[in-house]
Amino acid sequence: MGMDRREFLRIAGYSALLGLGGKAAFELLAPGQIDAAVESVPLTVGKKWGMAVDMTKMDEQIMDKVIEVCHRIHNVPKVANPKQEIKWIWKETYEHTFPGQHHEYAAEKYHGRNFLLLCNHCTNPPCCRVCPTAATWKREEDGVVMMDQHRCIGCRFCMAACPFGARSFNYGDPRKAPADLNPNFPPDMTYPTRVRGVVEKCNLCAERLAKGQIPACVEEANKIKEGALTFGDLADPESQVRTVLREHYSIQRKPELGTGPNVYYII
Amino acid sequence: MLEKAIRGSQTYWGWLIFLLLVIGVGAGNFIYQFFEGLKITGMGRDVSWGLYIAQFTYLVGVAASGVMVVLPYYIHNYKAFGRITILGEFMAIAAVTMCILFLWVDLGQPMRVINVMLYPQPNSIIFWDMVVLTGYLILNVLIGWNVLSAERKGIHYPKWVTPLIYLSIPWAFSIHTVTAFLYQGLPGRHFWLTAIMAARFLSSAFCSGPALLLIICFLVRRFTRFDPGKEQMRTLASIVTYAMILNVFFFLLELFTAFYSQIPGHMVHFQFLFSGLEGHGRLVPWMWAAAVFAVLALILLINPSTRRKEDTMIVGCAAVVIATWIDKGMGLVIGGFTPNVFERVTDYWPTVPEVLITLGVWATGFFILTVLFKIASSVKEEVAGY
Repeated sequence: MGMDRREFLRIAGYSALLGLGGKAAFELLAPGQIDAAVESVPLTVGKKWGMAVDMTKMDEQIMDKVIEVCHRIHNVPKVANPKQEIKWIWKETYEHTFPGQHHEYAAEKYHGRNFLLLCNHCTNPPCCRVCPTAATWKREEDGVVMMDQHRCIGCRFCMAACPFGARSFNYGDPRKAPADLNPNFPPDMTYPTRVRGVVEKCNLCAERLAKGQIPACVEEANKIKEGALTFGDLADPESQVRTVLREHYSIQRKPELGTGPNVYYII
Repeated sequence: MLEKAIRGSQTYWGWLIFLLLVIGVGAGNFIYQFFEGLKITGMGRDVSWGLYIAQFTYLVGVAASGVMVVLPYYIHNYKAFGRITILGEFMAIAAVTMCILFLWVDLGQPMRVINVMLYPQPNSIIFWDMVVLTGYLILNVLIGWNVLSAERKGIHYPKWVTPLIYLSIPWAFSIHTVTAFLYQGLPGRHFWLTAIMAARFLSSAFCSGPALLLIICFLVRRFTRFDPGKEQMRTLASIVTYAMILNVFFFLLELFTAFYSQIPGHMVHFQFLFSGLEGHGRLVPWMWAAAVFAVLALILLINPSTRRKEDTMIVGCAAVVIATWIDKGMGLVIGGFTPNVFERVTDYWPTVPEVLITLGVWATGFFILTVLFKIASSVKEEVAGY
């Protein structure tokens, strides 16, 4: 049964109002399904998920592959108008990824080189601060910046607030995306599609984290080149991501804005 | 008093029917947008707010400016404005209604707007904007209606209205401050991230709103027997002049900060607006037009002889309205988004349906304004014994 945390809490809240205990309420509302429901509440083992992108190992092939996989398993459509495209993970040149940090004498290998970009799952996310409905929020347990596309009203305040361009808006209906660009849409029947008029972005594969798996981009990247992407718990000093950050020099995008990006770039 | 709205001349009815037609065209295009999504607009992931939010921002200023006739009358006991406070309040009602409509047509999921009330988020400025805008609308409806009906009966308005009038004064300042906060608290948008934004908003509101009111006062005098008064209009023109001087001054402060510090992130938006960037310069003629109109307005309004002469004063007011509409609408919103967070430039230009929906909302506002001003002027005529 596809009950998520929010729905679980809502039913629990109604039950409390009715003066019922959690288990009793479930037996009443959905007899026999309590164990299944509790199992599907997203569980997560990390306290503060983060990622390291190792640009010494990253190449175009890996980036193209992870973009393709991410967009396929999350049913991200290709749209005709490039101004209104939707992207969860994408490429951008060094100069435009780190505006204000590049200089004309920077190492030549970085001139015009593509970097891999995704939502930074900031520690202090301005997108969540400005949302008028809490349709986007910072998950306390593990720091994932989540999105509830059923609650989003499409005001696009979060897009104005995000300094990383990580958010996309469904200007049109993704289910009506052009068929020539999207054969067999939606490509993944196990993941929901969205309606028009809501914002979406990288969810750090929350659906995979709930099953104890790592994000798909990390899994795919490591299949091609070990260590190109490292995912882990930044709160755990012994985690793999902390280890690689300890051993290499790394930078963040726009750290001066105080949002606390949790994606690091090893250069 | 509503019956006053259904008795009017042919011109009155012709104008209302014309507005209804424009509303109908706008509504038709909105239905199209509702089913197709905002993809029918010129907006995109880089410029994610456009013409709608620009109009919203401008009109919050017009709404707030009602206080410029209310404050002198009730706080400074400036009796002359007693004749026209109702016009300021009724203009505020029409403007706030347009603001709410512009916000609504900009939503990706307009039917979910109730979520803002179901899940109130005090940390979101949109929540506060909703609170202050609806509050301001209710205040002006209650005050305007009660004061006018009391005037018609020749009695003093009920006592409970007085505290509402005093409340409406700081409330007017709050609606435009909160609107500025929508922009000025966002990290990574240098053009908006400036402490003077709210002050600039208020100064441009207090020149553009009264300037619009002055133009409407002329029309009222032309089409009805109600005369808003020579002294009243002169005082309003002085208010417009002072506020416009402040508005231009605040803008120059921004220019100094950006271009003396030479910080690229601060200069680049002004460069985009006034000289274009990487070959993108569709706003350039508009921004220079705004600058020319601003200078023209200052010349006509500061010079006492042209300010007191009605023809030139009205030209000055029209110049104020045009200059602030460009600067605070498209200039502010698109300039803030361009270049984007990657320092890339993406063009934005409204599409035909987007413009027609915008005109439809404006027509709705003018419809409300016409009906309310018809009621007000008819009551004034009746009291004067015509």
